Amino acid sequence: MAVLVDEGYQTHPTVQHRFFPYAQNGGTVVAVAGEDFSVVGCDTRLSEGYSILSRDVSKVRKMTKSGLLGCVGFHGDVLTLTKMLDAKMKQYKHTHGKDMSCEAMAQMLSSTLYYRRFFPYWVYNMVAGIDNNGKGCVFSYDPVGSYERETYRACGSASAIIQPLLDNQLGYKNQSNANPAPLTRDRVRTMVRDIFAAASERDIYTGDEVEISVIDANGIDTQRFPLRSD
Amino acid sequence: MVSLAVDNMLVGKDEPKGFLFENCRRNAFMAKQGVTLPKARSTGTTIVGVIFNEGVVLGADTRATGGSIVCDLNCEKIHYIADNVYCCGAGTAADTEFTTRMVSSKMELLKLRTGREGRVISALRMLKQYLFRYQGHVSAALVLGGVDVTGPALYTVYPHGSTDKLPYVTMGSGSLAAMSVFEDGYKVGMNEEEAKKLVRDAIRAGIVNDLGSGSNVDITVIKQGSVQQFRPYEVICKKSERQGDYTFPAGTTAVKSSHDMVPFSALRVTDEEVMEIS
Repeated sequence: MAVLVDEGYQTHPTVQHRFFPYAQNGGTVVAVAGEDFSVVGCDTRLSEGYSILSRDVSKVRKMTKSGLLGCVGFHGDVLTLTKMLDAKMKQYKHTHGKDMSCEAMAQMLSSTLYYRRFFPYWVYNMVAGIDNNGKGCVFSYDPVGSYERETYRACGSASAIIQPLLDNQLGYKNQSNANPAPLTRDRVRTMVRDIFAAASERDIYTGDEVEISVIDANGIDTQRFPLRSD
Repeated sequence: MVSLAVDNMLVGKDEPKGFLFENCRRNAFMAKQGVTLPKARSTGTTIVGVIFNEGVVLGADTRATGGSIVCDLNCEKIHYIADNVYCCGAGTAADTEFTTRMVSSKMELLKLRTGREGRVISALRMLKQYLFRYQGHVSAALVLGGVDVTGPALYTVYPHGSTDKLPYVTMGSGSLAAMSVFEDGYKVGMNEEEAKKLVRDAIRAGIVNDLGSGSNVDITVIKQGSVQQFRPYEVICKKSERQGDYTFPAGTTAVKSSHDMVPFSALRVTDEEVMEIS
């Protein structure tokens, strides 16, 4: 906060210090839902300011046999939130004798986030997997639990430069005479890989490696590809 | 318009010199009203210099950032000051660019006036006096190096105007990474190849470990009577090969109205007039 004197120009600023318990640790997650599969990609860089804290931290976790959770934002909250969710998933399994469905997991995550409405988990979440009808599904969140089912979504540090690309390539926005061919696993995987390569060119918080998981009825297939390390 | 510009040049000596502050009051008022004022592009940077037995090696990365976005993947951070003096710049891109350009011009005038090749220390004095005058508001952090009649010389200049004279120096957000390489590998009286290799390693450390630095290593070697520039000296991070095909089929771009297109060859010139443009 700067103090303005009568002359109208800035003099020495008075700095107000206050408790700010959050950090921004960067990272990007992209998820795409296909007809009977979904794809999640994330980079593996963990950073703070101009420093790289780790080049090998996955931002996507396996929650059930057919459900993945991608988390970016403040890594401390990511760890706490996922620990909480793991406990709730286990509790559900012991009570009901089965894994939570993707839809149920999505609703539970929303409730967990909103519970902390006035001291939020500083985490941007994305749930991807196969729904109760065997269709690919993606759910995206804000840090206080507002969520929406979507067919494609980018979140995290490079989201603003990736989302318009997804709108064009998967939403066929601003294209005349486009004929949307059904998505295939290979096409989406290749696209996600190229998207991360492009994002790591321009976003300093995205890089090192991209981890891409394809979820379908057969399970989860995860692959890693190198990105820029600078 | 032309005569006005000439008039201004003629009366130029009566005009106030330096920066114009007439918008300060207005900008402060706008900021108070809640307008967010534009931010300058800064070069979170790794720049280094080292003295070897025959001269000076300067090195820099090539990334320019604006916040978390990379503005330029291959920008030039080693600036020309004189034929025997070069200067690496970190900080606000415009400040480093204009400060070095101004000193370069003053060094040329000095050379013409004295009839001798300028000295590195002259450029240093011009830079530090200029930067001190603006109390750190001209955010240029520099590595100045060159060879003159007194031999090789290497300095750092901080934005407030303080300077250091050292055999190996680093500046910018990647300076800690680069300096750790120098502290490990510097030897007195290195040859040119050893010095280039050390500078390359130092800049690489910045590129890989500092998010404000990236892309390539640029190197300039200054010796008595010769300058060699390597741009790039080495590409540290290459863009990976694109895997998919994203070509749009013809007709993807929307057209507002589709008149019949007339081929250029079908046009017949019936009248033509040459217009004066200036």
